[in-house]
Amino acid sequence: MTDTRNISHGRGRIQITGFDPERVTEREPLSDWTEDTQTGTQSRWRRGFKRFIRNRSAVLGVVIVVVMSLLAIFSRPIEVAGVMVQPFAIAPYDPTTILYLEDPAVSVYDPPSWDHPMGIDGRGRDLFSRVLFGGRYSLSIGFVVVSLTASVGLVYGGISGYYGGWVDEIMMRIVDTIYAFPGLILALIIVAILGGGYWQLVLAFSLFGWNGYARVVRGEVLKIKQNEYVLAAKALGARDRSVIFRHIIPNAMPPLLVLASLSIGTVVIGVAALGFLGLGMDSGTAEWGTMLDATRETLIQGPEGQIPWWATIYPGMAIFIFVMSMNMIGDGVNDALDAQETGAGEGAGGV
Amino acid sequence: MSLRRFILKRILAIIPILFGVSVITFALVHLTPGDPIDQVVGLNPDITASEEAQLRARYGLDGPVWQQYLTWIENVLRGDFGTVISNGRSVSAVVLARLPETIALGLFGWAFALIIAIPTGIYAAVNKDQFGDTVSRFIALSGISIPNFWLGLILILVMALWLDLWPVLAPNRLPLYHPDMLWFLILPGVTIGTAAAASIMRVMRTSMAEEMNKEYVTAARAKGLPERQVVLKHVLRNSLISVVTLAATLTAGIVSGSVVVEVVFNWPGLGREFIDAINGREINMIMAITLFTGVFIILANLVADILYAVLDPRIRYD
Repeated sequence: MTDTRNISHGRGRIQITGFDPERVTEREPLSDWTEDTQTGTQSRWRRGFKRFIRNRSAVLGVVIVVVMSLLAIFSRPIEVAGVMVQPFAIAPYDPTTILYLEDPAVSVYDPPSWDHPMGIDGRGRDLFSRVLFGGRYSLSIGFVVVSLTASVGLVYGGISGYYGGWVDEIMMRIVDTIYAFPGLILALIIVAILGGGYWQLVLAFSLFGWNGYARVVRGEVLKIKQNEYVLAAKALGARDRSVIFRHIIPNAMPPLLVLASLSIGTVVIGVAALGFLGLGMDSGTAEWGTMLDATRETLIQGPEGQIPWWATIYPGMAIFIFVMSMNMIGDGVNDALDAQETGAGEGAGGV
Repeated sequence: MSLRRFILKRILAIIPILFGVSVITFALVHLTPGDPIDQVVGLNPDITASEEAQLRARYGLDGPVWQQYLTWIENVLRGDFGTVISNGRSVSAVVLARLPETIALGLFGWAFALIIAIPTGIYAAVNKDQFGDTVSRFIALSGISIPNFWLGLILILVMALWLDLWPVLAPNRLPLYHPDMLWFLILPGVTIGTAAAASIMRVMRTSMAEEMNKEYVTAARAKGLPERQVVLKHVLRNSLISVVTLAATLTAGIVSGSVVVEVVFNWPGLGREFIDAINGREINMIMAITLFTGVFIILANLVADILYAVLDPRIRYD
């Protein structure tokens, strides 16, 4: 099956459709050949998109990610420099309000109830509001880090693969060196140097996070370089820049996209892991991992001898559902763009 | 290229990487504003400036950075990672004491991953697109998506608190080789092995399904081999190669997973020591564990490469 597809749609291959014009006058009914009005690149993306939206689990993933993002954005009003940008509030309470100060009926560690669907977090705050609000940190850090690292990796891998030779040799030795450290270990050290906080976390995961993309893009560029259309473009006098931007980068995009969509989940887990280790955001912040850290001490026994399972279950469930949906999307992108042979989709796992 | 030449080439190639790893380790840690001496001074306001300089000289923290690097790497090559500044113990002694705990955890995780993933992967590939395959794919996807620290907390909550199968805290720690310790290894080991198990399952399923379509499988069937033998002897052997290519990545995952899991389960291994070192700004300890991790992963990669070349001779001719 793969073989036939490669022959009919293989990029950059010279296509020969078998008919002899001398003997066959009516060629249309003999083959299912139809005129391709789009350029190869566009039709590949469109075909990929069609395949993606037919994939039920991938579409479910998109729906969940969109819903979670909207819930995070509309959880509390957003004000930028005194101007109300987003006035809605889905979350019933402010994530930092300590409720028992205002309402004596609420205690520190209430189980889930009608008023507080996920219970009280152990410091007297409404857990439901905190879980909704917490999406802002994890989700935005995940998307920011992946866009940064994927862009840097694209440029780095593109340069390394395109120029080759000793440039490639040096650039790839650097990548190999970084590859010897697990991302989480590097992020831990960087956060230890810079301290916790939003942009510190972004930097911690971006500073070395581009290296996986660089590897994949380089490998892809090496393959693309061999194609006749690159040679043709060069023979026609195209400059390096135009070859890179018009031919190489568009063709190196599919494996990059697959890796990026599978990496968002990894980054989100990493951010939460730092939060859980007490090295992420400030300890009161409604970030999912930090929330799990806050309740760790009292998981075994809360006040009045009960086990406060809700404070552990819900924030972790939020991370899990988000990462799972992201991975469903990643698998969908992988299948749709048929990038499996690059290996970009392998080995993406929890921290 | 003979296998011996291939191995020799790979070993030579890791020398610059080892150097790079030591530079990154050193550079990262020395970018930290404030060294342990600042902390000591902060705690004892009586220390004079000259005493502070003496302290710095004693721990080799006074020269220019490159000189400090040379001193450090020279000592490291002799096996001396310096001392833990807060209590004066030798870093290498602490690392050696903690290492078996982490290795036990990692090995258990690996064993768990292989025992779970290989049969499930085979099952899923043989029954591709059937109900059992769908279920096992869903489980594998959950396995790579679940944050390991949360999985650990859930296991404690369910197994230790609700089902009461384990004491929440190990009563008094027995030595690692005591058979009773195996029981306490289960929960952290399962936590650390889950992500690897899920990744192997996914790769096994894909590569086996791919292998099943190849011509040698048809040939084996045509000559009348029972299906069981075709799958377990021919297909399995070839698809295990793709698990080997994944092994180094998974080992890296288990190493970084141990940091988190050891904290969750209060397991006295290197990972927890690392977090303590970061919180206490013990630069010697941070450098030692970081360097150790880097070298270990390079070696894991080397072993995986060699194994791959042994299993699949085509790779040697690139």
